[in-house]
This record gives sequence, C-alpha cells and structure tokens, in this order.
Amino acid sequence: MAKSPDIGCRSCGIASCAGAQLAHGEHATTVALAGNPNVGKTSVFNALTGLRQHTGNWPGKTVARAEGSFAHNGRMFCVIDLPGTYSLSARSAEEEVARDFICFGRPEVTVVVVDATALERNLNLALQTAEITERLIVCVNLLDEAKRKKITVDLDGLAAELGVPVVGTVARAKRGINELKDLIDEVASGRLVPKPRMVEYSEEIERQVAELVPRIASLVGNALPARWVALRLLEGDRTILPRAVAHAKEINASPVPAETT
Amino acid sequence: MTLWDAQVGESVRVTGLAATGSGRRRFLDLGFVPGTLIEVVRRSPLGDPVAYRVRGATIALRGVDARQILIER
Repeated sequence: MAKSPDIGCRSCGIASCAGAQLAHGEHATTVALAGNPNVGKTSVFNALTGLRQHTGNWPGKTVARAEGSFAHNGRMFCVIDLPGTYSLSARSAEEEVARDFICFGRPEVTVVVVDATALERNLNLALQTAEITERLIVCVNLLDEAKRKKITVDLDGLAAELGVPVVGTVARAKRGINELKDLIDEVASGRLVPKPRMVEYSEEIERQVAELVPRIASLVGNALPARWVALRLLEGDRTILPRAVAHAKEINASPVPAETT
Repeated sequence: MTLWDAQVGESVRVTGLAATGSGRRRFLDLGFVPGTLIEVVRRSPLGDPVAYRVRGATIALRGVDARQILIER
C-alpha cells in the first residue's frame, strides 16, 4: 500500500482533495454523502462543493466515485458522493462501496440525503447508517416537490424521533445548503453530538445480539460498533467479520497522524 | 398467490416473503415489507420483468423474484 500523503484528505488518500488548499500537516474533515437513488444526492453534492470536484472510479470497481471540497467557517471539508443505494447490505458493488466507506473510510460526518416525498422508504437507510455511526445528519431534500404534492415534513419532529440533526433543503435551488454546512461543521467539531435512536429488534434477536457483542468487541475493539457486526452476522453476512478484524488491526498498527511521533 | 399473479393496474398487499437470508433482506430493503400496498405499473414487452410502485418508488422485478412475494388482493 502507498504511504499516506502528508497533506490532504486521509480518507480519500490523495494529496489534495479536489482542490482543497491545505497547509502542511493540516487535514480536511471528511464528509460522506449517502442516499437512495433519485433523491437529488448529486444536487446536494454539487451545491456543497460547486466546481471543486474530481471524478473517477472506486479502486477495482466500475462504480463511479465523485469527491469535492468546500470551505466553511475557516475549515476545509472533503465530500465523498457515495453511490445511491437502498441499504447497506452490500448485495451489489454500489452497496458494498457505500457500506465500506461508511464503515472503514472513517468519515467524520455522514450525511444521509432523503427524499421528502418518500420518507418512509428513505428512512430505512438512515436507520441502517445510524447503526454504524452516530455522527450522522439527515438532509431532507426535494422539499419543493413535497410541497407540490401537498406533503409537509415536520423537520423538528423528525429530528426528535431520530435523535439526529435534520435539515431541509431544495438542493437544486441551493436552499438550506448553508444550514447543512453549519450542521456538518458542528457535528465534525463535536459541538453537536447526535444521539441516534436505535432500532430495537425482537426479543430473540436482541438476546443473540447481547450474546455476540462481547465476543465481537474482543476481536474488533472499537474499530466498528459490535452491535452492528452482530446484526450482520445474524443476517448471514460472512464477509463482515474478517474485514472488521483486518480493519481493527490496521487502525492499531498505524494510529492516524504518522508525523506526530 | 404471489405478486407475479397480480395484473397491471391492480393494487395488492404484501402478506409475506418466501425468500430467506440475504434474498429476504433485499426484498425488505426495497420496501416489500408485509403490509405494504403495491401497485402493478406495467409489464415489459416480453412480459418479464414487471414494474411495481412500492412506497413512492418504481421497482422492476423479474418473475423469479416476484414469485417469492406473497400477496392478497
């Protein structure tokens, strides 16, 4: 594996993330953008990053990868536009890319973009993401289309139910983007700590999760939430445990900034 | 009966899934959850796949998959 560069974005592994001008040793805050297909995720990405973008492919995959950057309140943010997926079950190359980035790319903040006109469908991904990371923001996009369909979204109510910050946007018209940037900054800096409400499964599943969690935690440490790994194992996903263990070893072998020692 | 038996224009309700494991999970992720109302939107020229309206999105399923979704009219 190539040595990580001194500057730039450690998660995307390139020296300067999409035009982010960084001083030596400085690193941009990584933001992952996730969402179902056709929710205007790319509009949100464009509204956030403007023309500071790079496109390419994910290593070894024919899945498009777009990254960009923006500056806000004196900080640099590197945004990764993940492929549109309905879930993080890793059943397709796109889902695997999205899941792996949220799990192993260690973004400081993950924004799940949801379609205001089909919240019921879209919140599945938000809840799945909350099981992996608590640094989560839900961006309710397409509020203009919702209005046209006479749908009103109670953003405060949604935030209270989910336990994570929620922002409403019309990305095509750049509405709400500044508020989204503020929220990203607040969550990244730790001034705002989301407390996502977890899905509680049936008694039998919870009992088995409780049994597995300590054993998984002893293998993966805090590299990944043990509860999430336990749920994947119960679903029959055989790929996740070896990957999680390898990831935990990687983290322990090289603590993030290489130059401080 | 299964979703494959439903005709274009019909609205039906999911009662269960015949799939297990990750296949079942996939259906659930796509919104085919027991209790969900599904509208049959259109059939492709060769009859397979068929497009369904599920919780605000249009999803096309092949016959082999649609036969795993149990429904009632």
